[in-house]
Amino acid sequence: MSIDMSQFHQVFFEECFEGLEAMESGLLSLDIGDIDPEAINTIFRAAHSIKGGSGTFGFTVVAEYTHIMETLLDEMRDGRRQVTKQAVDVLLGSVDCLREMLTSIQNEEDVNAESVAVHQSALETELNGESSANTQPNVVATPAINTAPSPIQSQEEDEEPEIEEEQGWKISFCPYLNLLKTGNDPVRLFRELSALGQLTTNVNIQDVPDFNELDPEECNISWDLVLVSDASESTVREIFSWVEEDCELELSPLAKPKKKKKPKVATPVSAPTPAVVETKEVIAPVIVPPPTTVVKKASSESDSAKNAPKASSSIRVDTDKIDTLINMVGEVVITQSMLGLIGENFTMDKVGQLKRGLAQLERHTRDLQQSVMNIRMLPISFVFSRFPRLVHDISTKLNKKITLKLVGENTEVDKAVVELINDPLVHLIRNSLDHGIEMPAERIAAGKPETGTIELKAYHRGGHIVIEIIDDGRGMDKSKLLAKAIEKGLVEESAIMTDKQILELIFMPGFSTAEQLSDISGRGVGMDVVRRNIQSLGGNIDIISELGKGSTIAIHLPLTLAILDGQSVAVGDETYIVPLVSIIESINITEKMLNKVAGKGETFKLRNEYLPIIRMREIFNVKTGAATKPNEGVIVVVEGQGALCGFLVDELLGQQQVVIKSLEANYRRVEGVSGATILGDGSVALILDVPGLVRLSVC
Amino acid sequence: MSEKNENENEIDALEDENSAKKSSDTSTIIQYLSFVLGKEEYGVDILRVQEIRSWEPVSRVPNVPFYEKGVVNLRGAIVPIIDLRERFSLSKPEYTPLTVVVVLQTGSGSHTRIMGVVVDSVSDVISIERTDIQSAPDFGTKVSNEFINGLVSVNERMVMLLDVDKLLLLETLEQNDY
Repeated sequence: MSIDMSQFHQVFFEECFEGLEAMESGLLSLDIGDIDPEAINTIFRAAHSIKGGSGTFGFTVVAEYTHIMETLLDEMRDGRRQVTKQAVDVLLGSVDCLREMLTSIQNEEDVNAESVAVHQSALETELNGESSANTQPNVVATPAINTAPSPIQSQEEDEEPEIEEEQGWKISFCPYLNLLKTGNDPVRLFRELSALGQLTTNVNIQDVPDFNELDPEECNISWDLVLVSDASESTVREIFSWVEEDCELELSPLAKPKKKKKPKVATPVSAPTPAVVETKEVIAPVIVPPPTTVVKKASSESDSAKNAPKASSSIRVDTDKIDTLINMVGEVVITQSMLGLIGENFTMDKVGQLKRGLAQLERHTRDLQQSVMNIRMLPISFVFSRFPRLVHDISTKLNKKITLKLVGENTEVDKAVVELINDPLVHLIRNSLDHGIEMPAERIAAGKPETGTIELKAYHRGGHIVIEIIDDGRGMDKSKLLAKAIEKGLVEESAIMTDKQILELIFMPGFSTAEQLSDISGRGVGMDVVRRNIQSLGGNIDIISELGKGSTIAIHLPLTLAILDGQSVAVGDETYIVPLVSIIESINITEKMLNKVAGKGETFKLRNEYLPIIRMREIFNVKTGAATKPNEGVIVVVEGQGALCGFLVDELLGQQQVVIKSLEANYRRVEGVSGATILGDGSVALILDVPGLVRLSVC
Repeated sequence: MSEKNENENEIDALEDENSAKKSSDTSTIIQYLSFVLGKEEYGVDILRVQEIRSWEPVSRVPNVPFYEKGVVNLRGAIVPIIDLRERFSLSKPEYTPLTVVVVLQTGSGSHTRIMGVVVDSVSDVISIERTDIQSAPDFGTKVSNEFINGLVSVNERMVMLLDVDKLLLLETLEQNDY
């Protein structure tokens, strides 16, 4: 009978986090002046699912907490309460708090009771402050949030006296036969009820058929419940809202209270009453465990919970994509059996057929590969959706007026890229917010609209995804950048630099032009890390900036980290793969184009530039093979670390897509090598790390 | 008689599994795979042995110590091959199709790694009473005994039991070279 619920936890958490995101984006898009009831509905539904789910899984703290949010939202939904900016902020705060709670529970850590209490009381203040003053004593005072009295009070007050008279509810709960099939469990309902007060259940089993006629999937039992509680009728009905359509439900107030009146609380959440449950049952023992409280005394280590969240390793995939995949697999199987048939009684006259079959197999395999890669593709909105909140929070903090425009959120990119691009993007957006966009007064003085705009744009170009962060702020002052760099000793005073080089100074470690540090940015660590992170993803980052008009930061990233277009090159009798993206061109050179530098280093002249030559044979210590002179081999001109460089290899072998395998998984990092791949003949070839090699040769 | 032996072996095997899982001292018999390097005999915990393969050409990895021969494709995984004979400077490395590669698993939990070690030949599976294992004497600075778990004598021959995790920790392997 007992099912191990923990196997569903992961799914539950994912759904919760999705729900929270939905709530967050819903709250952020709420226009205080003109409320869209559907928007509130969406937020309410998300809260309700989280509450229901956490109740089912026994995360009482979460359920209780969400319940207060829900109550607040319910009143907004019914128009009983005005939506104020303050209420929205409180709700946003509670979304954060909920997320924290769920993360703690997911990591099997203690929930930070203090922060929950603070948010909870803020919510309660928000809830009660507007309804009636006499509930105030039960509320923990919070210093941070003041509640402005709202004109809408009457309805709540009307309900109050009623509640005071009633001590509980007599509930007749007759589920239809199909209740269990809809996935509802009466036990869960009772557990929620018992959280409201003292619950007595009485089971009616007269409708239960003989054992041999019994269908275990049908619910033949009905219940008479007595709930001693000060909960309002709507609160009780709320619990049954999931099964409304699958049962007959009658609620009547209790005539004679069994227990002494409890102090009135607007919502029973702050102090859950230990449930006393008496079950009189004959068949199917229904055991309602008392609600367990997960909250333990808060410790100061709550931050560690945020720092080490368990990485989610599952992925949600469109059914369409899976269907395509299944289709492709079907095709492959058909082709394979066709080839098998040809092979069984093979004669030379079937060669044509065989060739056709192989060509087909090749095509299907490629398609199959494509479809599998597609499964890993996620829309970039997974990252983008977090930014409205960030912009909202920071712009409020900085007293700036900023709108965020998202373009191309549905652009798809590999899951690994999605996961790794988040931090760099957060950093760049913070920079735009802090340094880019000016204060409103400054903007008006500069003849710009008061509200600044940050545009976050994603699109595909070639085999890359491009993410642009465009702001219409003050732009970067190149002369100031250069002065700062000279002052910090990062560049020589006499250095001649192009505009692009000057702008790229901001990627140097320890470079910051911010006049004062803030907790948002300006510490000078960051841009170099951003660039390094992006480069480690195989991408690059560009800046265009015009003083007074704004800046554009463009990030180019490969669509996937699992497959790469490579050029195979031979060095001696070894094969290496050079990523095609870093190759500019490949040329044969003559002795005349060569120049020695200090007797050792070699350069060659490519059009008007002198490029250093890296002899792969020497740097990789290859002992076999013959070509030692540059003119016997091929120079592959590559770009790494922003500099051009020529790799001397023996021969170009061919271009192909290679599957990237980690060398570190079983072995370790090797200088100048970014990974390995398996060639068509089953042997292993190493993939060159071009920027790393350029660095290696310089040192 | 033979049936009895088989039963005993089965029990041994079961106990070994338990010991590997709990790494406790409850079982007294451990099975080792013994192999020969030059004229010396070594043993590794048989539960760490994934498979035994014949030598096949490797792809060389540049700028690594000479005994790290390179990497091979083992059913889609890139696996490094280390020549123990060269590592211990024991015999002249010759590579023929009869050269043996023992594929070993190191680490535990989510951090397992697979590596192949080249040996002269694989000899036997030996069952050893835990109490029969003698700790390795200190050889001073001449010979490092950090990979050696203990010594055991089988049929008058000395077998050195290797600690796979320490043996294949490349960083430890290498620091002795520089």
